[in-house]
Amino acid sequence: MYSTTTGTHPGIELRHSPVGGETPRSEVPEQIQSAVFEIEQFGVSYAGTPAIADISLRIPAGEITALIGPSGCGKSTLLRSLNRMNDLIAVATHTGTIRYRGLDLHAADVDPAEVRRRIGMVFQKPNPFAQSIYDNVAFGPRLHGRSKGLDDVVERALRRAALWDEVKDKLREPGHAISGGQQQRLCIARAIAMEPDVILMDEPCSALDPIATLKIEDLMRQLREDYSIVIVTHNMQQAARVSDRTAFLTVDMEAADGQRCGRLVEFERTEKLFTQASDERTEAYITGRFG
Amino acid sequence: MTSAPPGRASALQATGAGRYADPLFKWAAITAGVSVLAVLGLMIGSTTADAWPVFQYQGFVDFFVNDEWRAGFSRTDFTGEYGAFSFIFGTLVVALIAIVLALPLALAVSLYITRLAPRRMKGPLAYTVELLAAVPSVVYGLWGLLYFVPTFLRPVMELLSAALAPVPLLGTFFAGPVYSTNYLAAGTVLAIMILPIITAISREVIAQVPPEQVQAAYGLGATDWEVMRKIILRRSFPGVVGATMLGLGRALGETIAVAMLIGGSQRWGLSLFFGGDAMAAHIANTFQDAAPETVQALIAIGVGLFIITVIVNVLARLLVWRIGRVAGDAAL
Amino acid sequence: MSSLPVTTLAPPRPASEVSSSLRAADPHSRRRRRRSRVMRTVLLAGMIAAMIPLALILIEVGRRGANAFGWSFLTQTEPPFRREGGGYLQGLVGTFYMVTFATAMSVPLGIMAAVYLVEYGRGWLARVIRFFTDVMTGVPSVFVGLFVYALLIRDIGFGTFVGALALSVIMLPIVVRSSEEMLKLVPEDQRAASAALGARRWQTIVKVVLPTARPGLVTGAMLAVARAAGETAPLLLTALGALSVVTAVQGTPQSALTLLIYDGATQPFAPGQQRAWAGALLLLGIVFVFTAVARFVSSRSTVRPD
Repeated sequence: MYSTTTGTHPGIELRHSPVGGETPRSEVPEQIQSAVFEIEQFGVSYAGTPAIADISLRIPAGEITALIGPSGCGKSTLLRSLNRMNDLIAVATHTGTIRYRGLDLHAADVDPAEVRRRIGMVFQKPNPFAQSIYDNVAFGPRLHGRSKGLDDVVERALRRAALWDEVKDKLREPGHAISGGQQQRLCIARAIAMEPDVILMDEPCSALDPIATLKIEDLMRQLREDYSIVIVTHNMQQAARVSDRTAFLTVDMEAADGQRCGRLVEFERTEKLFTQASDERTEAYITGRFG
Repeated sequence: MTSAPPGRASALQATGAGRYADPLFKWAAITAGVSVLAVLGLMIGSTTADAWPVFQYQGFVDFFVNDEWRAGFSRTDFTGEYGAFSFIFGTLVVALIAIVLALPLALAVSLYITRLAPRRMKGPLAYTVELLAAVPSVVYGLWGLLYFVPTFLRPVMELLSAALAPVPLLGTFFAGPVYSTNYLAAGTVLAIMILPIITAISREVIAQVPPEQVQAAYGLGATDWEVMRKIILRRSFPGVVGATMLGLGRALGETIAVAMLIGGSQRWGLSLFFGGDAMAAHIANTFQDAAPETVQALIAIGVGLFIITVIVNVLARLLVWRIGRVAGDAAL
Repeated sequence: MSSLPVTTLAPPRPASEVSSSLRAADPHSRRRRRRSRVMRTVLLAGMIAAMIPLALILIEVGRRGANAFGWSFLTQTEPPFRREGGGYLQGLVGTFYMVTFATAMSVPLGIMAAVYLVEYGRGWLARVIRFFTDVMTGVPSVFVGLFVYALLIRDIGFGTFVGALALSVIMLPIVVRSSEEMLKLVPEDQRAASAALGARRWQTIVKVVLPTARPGLVTGAMLAVARAAGETAPLLLTALGALSVVTAVQGTPQSALTLLIYDGATQPFAPGQQRAWAGALLLLGIVFVFTAVARFVSSRSTVRPD
């Protein structure tokens, strides 16, 4: 599946330079100083069948955290739990807790809409609204009652998403009339326009070509300055290239109850996980022997 | 705007009046949905309440089997005689004529469009046939009454009557005299009116026959016609029956065009050239001159018609539903 | 008939025994081919036969309708049947009045019911509503007229409002069904994108789902309007008909194009019949324009049924 062989991984370039100039990374500390999410004993079931179980994890603020693992390991389910998008699935139930900046996300008086306002999301397939580029970006601010200075908000968000120069002359054109990579950056701009605290990305490049993918990855590294980012990817090179820390999940089939269910195997600084994984399942997955 | 301090996330609780809007909106939507049921319920309730005294006065069974209809003129009680058999008979005969004429044509059209027509012509042909459904029924009535029947149909009917009336037994159905308005005239125009609905649904049903089966039949050396008859028509039979029943439902309920073409005599006859009346047509033809007691009797006819069409429609829907809901047939 | 080269080792059989051509040789399959050709012709003939009525209607309505049609037809009310001239002004006004009224009542309600079916409806209630909506599309339109009569007219009389009410009952299931199909075509990821931006359910519906489906919703509404404009039977029982322009909302019998056509066609005087043809031309024009524009709108839609 991947070009790497065993042991060390010459195929995976860990810290490649962004295409357009250096963005020096700050040192990633061993210990997580401040966590944006504290996940404890968390599990999700769909209609009684567990999808993920027993996951405990502290996702650091101001970093990029990647969730990787074979398909069916529940990494998307975990991601969608972080902004309560799973609520939209009627049969989904959860156990355990997720604290977002110290607040229980699932507390009775928490408003999911309020949660999603602070925790933005970018989806696997670019999904701009069937509206103009401008209206796409202005959607969130308008939703929350903003009507003045929208031009500035839209421009700032599009600039931040490295899309402004490409679309500034066609802001009134429909959001689906641009290329797939541009659409995905539009979706990122749409999320940024909300001034969120965290951005969740669910395999944001899986529908894009390699060049568009590189652009999004560059963009992620730039956004890291301002936002905490959690990204789900099935592309390990991508995880290695962009993330500061990586969580590896797998499908656990030897669970006591005999059901297939996603579990966390290992959570480490990306560099360490990809060079000296402590669990052999991680090792097997990232070297392409499994998955 | 570097990573936000924890304090920024201080409240995830809903703020503002916005949080009440969601349940309100949901209830508005549910109310709208239920109102459709309410309208139907009200429709059945209010008409049945009006028809009930008529059924009691005439006798429920007698209302349907007696062929004596004599309108009364009372404002307060019932004085006339209300046996609706002539109209029920007329409705059934006219609808039957329409189906017999329309079904083969509809099948030919749907087979031609789906199997034989050049690719570029499929859309325009289908669209043209469906345009027939957009013509208002009063225009059919006008066209039939003042042009089609006198110009084309009446000579044909006279010919048929002259040729077949002397034949024993069969002659009963072709007995003259032939006037312009009669069962056959109404049935023929009605056939044109229900052609698009039967065609539209048959076409969708036929298009759903798996192409592998068609390929397989061709692979075995079947001719075009053999493929159509043995594979396509056989596979789509239930759907075509459903389509026909939807057409039948439409034919039973059609009012104005039939009212203009059927004759309006309040009696019934076995001849195709008999000028009778149908349930819906009789309501339209006599409503404006009806005294209160007769209006109630007309409502009772309406209830009978409603029961018949609902049964036919429900059966049709059940048949068509097996192959999925047919998009857009509501517009026909 | 050219024969194929025979390369078998055995001595060639007489030509009469082996099929030596790829054309159908034996009588049985020749008969099958011939029957297939005949049936293809029969189907083509059926196709053509089905086109004839439409052509005859368009030609006759166009030809005869043009005689009495003109500016005065749209600006004058109808004189007695025996007299020439005049027009269907009161019918035009009545139809416009009642259809507008009916649209205002049925379209918002119908779209909202469709929102329920697509966005909220999961269980038995949605199934029941869906089924009875289908049943309602099959209810004879004259029965709807009887219903409005039985419900209201003995109390509040004939008029514009009761006529419009009957038309709206006819339009309602059409709007619900077509809107439901259109809302179902809005991709799920649009709803997810909206929710992820912190939109509440109603905001997602109002700001994303309905705008995305707008062309389809407009199409459905316009087809329902075309249908209502062509209805006669329910109006006969509710609007009743009028000889002059009626502006009263309720209490005074109202006219309609279809009612005037019906009256004109069924009486024996030529001038009245001529006006009926002209009225048919006008009505057909209105209905076809609405149908064509509806199709045009839906063909420009971003989401559409394929």
